[in-house]
Amino acid sequence: MAEFSRLPGIGKRTALRLVLHLLKTAPEEPEKLGNALVRLRKEIRYCSICHNITERETCAICSNPRRDDAVICVVEDIRDVIAIENTNQYNGKYHVLGGIISPMDGIGPSDLAIDSLLVRLKEHPVRELIMALSATMEGDTTAFFIFKKIAALSLPDIRFSTIARGVSVGDELEYADEVTLGRSILHRVPYENSIPK
Amino acid sequence: MFLRKLTLVNFRNYPEAELNLDPFANAFTGGNGEGKTNLLDAVHYLSMCKSYFNPIDAQSIRFGEDFFMIQGSFELNQNTENIHCGIKRNQKKVFKRNQKEYDRLADHIGLLPVVMVSPTDTSLITEGSEERRKFLDSIISQYDKLYLDDLILYSRVLTQRNAILKQAAQSRTFEQEAISPWDLQLIRLAEKIHFVRKKFIAELIPIFQHYYSFISGAKENVEVHYESQLNAGDFAVLLEKSIGKDRALQYTSVGIHKDDLAFHIHGVPVKRFASQGQQKSFLIALKLAQFDFIRNIKGIKPILLLDDIFDKLDDLRVARLMELVSKDNFGQLLISDTHPERIRKIFEDIGRSIRCFSVESGTVKADENSIAEKI
Repeated sequence: MAEFSRLPGIGKRTALRLVLHLLKTAPEEPEKLGNALVRLRKEIRYCSICHNITERETCAICSNPRRDDAVICVVEDIRDVIAIENTNQYNGKYHVLGGIISPMDGIGPSDLAIDSLLVRLKEHPVRELIMALSATMEGDTTAFFIFKKIAALSLPDIRFSTIARGVSVGDELEYADEVTLGRSILHRVPYENSIPK
Repeated sequence: MFLRKLTLVNFRNYPEAELNLDPFANAFTGGNGEGKTNLLDAVHYLSMCKSYFNPIDAQSIRFGEDFFMIQGSFELNQNTENIHCGIKRNQKKVFKRNQKEYDRLADHIGLLPVVMVSPTDTSLITEGSEERRKFLDSIISQYDKLYLDDLILYSRVLTQRNAILKQAAQSRTFEQEAISPWDLQLIRLAEKIHFVRKKFIAELIPIFQHYYSFISGAKENVEVHYESQLNAGDFAVLLEKSIGKDRALQYTSVGIHKDDLAFHIHGVPVKRFASQGQQKSFLIALKLAQFDFIRNIKGIKPILLLDDIFDKLDDLRVARLMELVSKDNFGQLLISDTHPERIRKIFEDIGRSIRCFSVESGTVKADENSIAEKI
């Protein structure tokens, strides 16, 4: 029970419920779970290129020849890769930072996979780098830090972009929150860019 | 906009109370500690979701009880707005508008504006610069939500930047590279906030001076100056210059978090050289300017809550003030006073009716003769 309650999001009550449930089930059920947990750390590791999770040296996305090598999308963590993959709108590669710069939480640039991104870009120059970080102060600062670092490398013809932010698709304006709507007005885009393609 | 009916349960010294208010002028009279101010503060709660005086909600629960409730029935543009505020010990505060609970209190603030004038306002003159920034920010945030957002972001960037300074001091390694992305955000936000504050104060000053000279009747020359390190020039340069100092102090020593307002009367600071009565007139004029501002921006006359304003003012100033606030460009008035006769006399003199309530140890009663007058 103590082991369960050490996991994130699981308190004492939930831990007790899980233990009682496992006691009730067929004996092979807990064994399956146990084996899966053992395999988890033995077989799954981080991709040596993009730091996504994988069972091999490099992840399924990095080793897929049909994905565009010349575009890299920089994200905070693996959950973001999964979220973007679920949209089916992106065919480039990723780079997982493993966090975001936040001095008050003791996270500095050296705690993130920024150096490996720089090495990667130097070895294989890309056409475009997409920053897909959280729309927070910390996300913006991290993006700016990376932008500065890469600009200092003076790589030829690299394009930087960042994901669009504003009113959610399908939202009615009157229900959008004031701050988002206010910024959407300030950062409006040319109409041609908004014609559905 | 006005408050038609106010109901209290277990709020401060009131077990229960129900008042039907006059759309124009209302006075709460009684001795010290009987609960006059609590009635004004209850109205402040309904508008701003918090007490004007005490930031801890649970301390407004009547002694020995475990919840309080305030309900107000307002009339806004010919519609009735029923506002409910409920606070239970150790639980989230609940605000409802017409039976529907708010997800965020911020959505309610600004719907039914009030302006409170109280003896505690002297902290604006006597206390540190933080009080004056709060005064500025609270008015601007009521009409500019992006400003409020920028303020929150600014203080967050500041915390992050200070964390870097602290870590640099501890580890004895400092990298300009680590701090510069934060500086960039800080500069962008500080310049926006500075611009908005400067513009706001420039608009506020003439309104303020108009009210001050009306109340004082004399040609006392009053001024409000916006003091900001950013007035002098480029914030980026200032930040760069002060980095050595910031590293030694382990916090950021320049920025709009150091802004202040300087109050002057005849060219000298109000804090040191003005009389108590002049200070009071100064504060009232400032609050009336705030009233004007909100009214012009929102197109609604806020409810004016005047707590114990007769103290320290001479009769002439009191009369002028009452004459001013009972004019058409003001809305509903709620006034507290220790002398029932004084307030009645003042309103008689200016030829206006007022509904008086006597307040005595947590009970409140409408004075019959004042209601009879209305009928």
